[in-house]
Amino acid sequence: MNKFWLVLGHTYVTKLKAKAFLITTAITCLLIIGLANIKTIIEFFTSDEQEHVAVIDRTESLYKALEKQVNREEITLTKITDMEDEAKRAVKEGEWDGLLILSMDAEGLPEAAYYANTIADNRTPEELERVLNELKTALSAAKIGLTEEQMAVLYQPVPFQKVALEENAKTEEELNQARSLVYVLLFAMYMFVLMYGGMMATEVATEKSSRVMEILVSSVSPVQHLFGKIIGVALVSLTQFFVFFAVGFTALKMNGQELWRFLGFDNVSMSIWVYALIFFLLGYLLYAVLFAVLGSLVSRVEDVQSAITPAMILVIVAFMIAMSGLNMPESAFIIGASFIPFFTPMLMFLRVGLVSVPMWEVALSFALLLATIAVLIYIGAKVYRGGVLMYGRMNIFKDMKQAVQLTKK
Amino acid sequence: MSLEIIDVTKRFGQTTAVDHLTLTVPEGKMFGLLGANGAGKTTTFRMILGLLLPTEGTIRWQGESIDYSKSHLIGYLPEERGLYPKLKVQEQLLYLGRLRGMKKADIVPEINRWLERFHIRDYANKRVEELSKGNQQKIQFIAAVLHRPNLLILDEPFSGLDPVNVELLKEAVLDLKRNGTTIVFSSHRMEHVEELCEHVCILRSGQAIVSGALRELKRSFGRKNLLIRGEGAFEELKDFPGVLRYNQTAEGVRLQIANEETAQAIFRHIADRVTVRLFALEEPSLHDIFIEKVGAAYE
Repeated sequence: MNKFWLVLGHTYVTKLKAKAFLITTAITCLLIIGLANIKTIIEFFTSDEQEHVAVIDRTESLYKALEKQVNREEITLTKITDMEDEAKRAVKEGEWDGLLILSMDAEGLPEAAYYANTIADNRTPEELERVLNELKTALSAAKIGLTEEQMAVLYQPVPFQKVALEENAKTEEELNQARSLVYVLLFAMYMFVLMYGGMMATEVATEKSSRVMEILVSSVSPVQHLFGKIIGVALVSLTQFFVFFAVGFTALKMNGQELWRFLGFDNVSMSIWVYALIFFLLGYLLYAVLFAVLGSLVSRVEDVQSAITPAMILVIVAFMIAMSGLNMPESAFIIGASFIPFFTPMLMFLRVGLVSVPMWEVALSFALLLATIAVLIYIGAKVYRGGVLMYGRMNIFKDMKQAVQLTKK
Repeated sequence: MSLEIIDVTKRFGQTTAVDHLTLTVPEGKMFGLLGANGAGKTTTFRMILGLLLPTEGTIRWQGESIDYSKSHLIGYLPEERGLYPKLKVQEQLLYLGRLRGMKKADIVPEINRWLERFHIRDYANKRVEELSKGNQQKIQFIAAVLHRPNLLILDEPFSGLDPVNVELLKEAVLDLKRNGTTIVFSSHRMEHVEELCEHVCILRSGQAIVSGALRELKRSFGRKNLLIRGEGAFEELKDFPGVLRYNQTAEGVRLQIANEETAQAIFRHIADRVTVRLFALEEPSLHDIFIEKVGAAYE
């Protein structure tokens, strides 16, 4: 047991002290801060950029209404009387940012064409199009003699309420909030497993490729070593995650109140957080064992990627299913898949987060998950024990077989 | 008490790596395991350490099987050298020492003592990857002996070292032996084994071809080499009874003879006929024994 703590401590401290780790953490923190302030940043770069658009109005009537309704913070319109070719040349020479030509079609409704040097930036033409659409609607309405009241009736949306009858089912508002929280947590789980699963496998493969493993396993049992590594890397990841979370939380609280409220973090019940934590940890344990074992099978760090690809695909598939399940948490497919241990952490969490799941189902999925982890640990320890002594070409299934064989008599 | 390997066989699927091997390594002695690549040396070591389980047979150290509860008593220098490349020498040795059950406070003076002894004191705070290969090997050796093991297993300890460092390491190994450490080491160099070990075993395809106390082996081998230098007619010794092999050298002859009595007879015989400058009876070399047993030159 003592040596387990040694391996754990060693893994944790050396990983944490590594320059690469510190730099990645710092960069990610900066990105998080940036993301939380994205609105401010975009505004900072775009606020003084006004688009100057020249307008040739052949209808002689639309320009005034257009100028009145267009967003003047972004677009300045100027009516010109030049010829079309001349105006286009002026756009080319940079005198105007764009040229709008208004005309009437045969039925007396407005038509427009927009000319600019590039049309990659959609904002200006879209804004103009929006305003023109409104004008056209008003014009058509006036033509057939609709009053403004009639217009208002025409455009009024249908009152549509969704009400859940089940007693502890979530109300629509709650559901929306739960959905965004579940989404965020699922995404966090997914990122966590992808990022640190790879780290786990690389960690083991590095020890193996540097051949220090043989000394290690001669002084500490492979099982203790495996767990010391898994928990050590888990603590490193949690530390990093905690830093990200703290930075993100502070940044959001300070600058991004809207985003915070949108995610609905304020009024989410405690039980979701508890479920999230449990599924998160068990999910990590499951995949960490898998990644560690795969890592122990390769003898060069370069081979790690290809060795862990199957496990990666499993994680990605789980995430895809979970994403599709966000809008149909009660479909038979999702319910069924939530009992498959490799999908349980994400899918069962999704279900308990969005709908009320019978306790026995949760318990069953837990039991299956725990059993799978136990089996995986048992097999993993065997493969690991043999795998760390094996060097050479790679073929995962053959290697696994051979590794288990090495632990036999 | 001693290290006993009793009728041990290890098979990997179809191949047999170690074939009914029986060895006894007396406590406090040095044991040499000789063999070409693939002869089964590393597999034997891994079985002694409990990294691999024997297919058949038992291995006991002081009457008990070796497991992780005894890892503080055992030191191991694997053939495949390996250390954490990014870790500093001191940190590295601290970690490996603690894994062998040492206390931090006890390790530091021990590390300094060894670094001093190997003249690499200045490297304590360098990362291992910055060290030369020879120096890395010294660190590896220190990692194996830091915790003063009772049983030390050295897999090819001298390979890849320059002669100066080989001497340095040999001295260290002999010192450990003087302090009572039982040492098993493998080599594919006969002279290292012959120089250091009281007991030897030559492995070929997993089988012990020659095994036992070196002195005993040499004595029971009987045949000795007789080196004579001088002037005169040596040719007649070719057919002298008891002479098994006759080699003319620049200054005399080298004979392989059946026993010591033959040497006496030859001495009397040539006393009047030849001017003798040197008459030396040599022990047979391990190499001679090997050739005799296997019928082919070693490697």
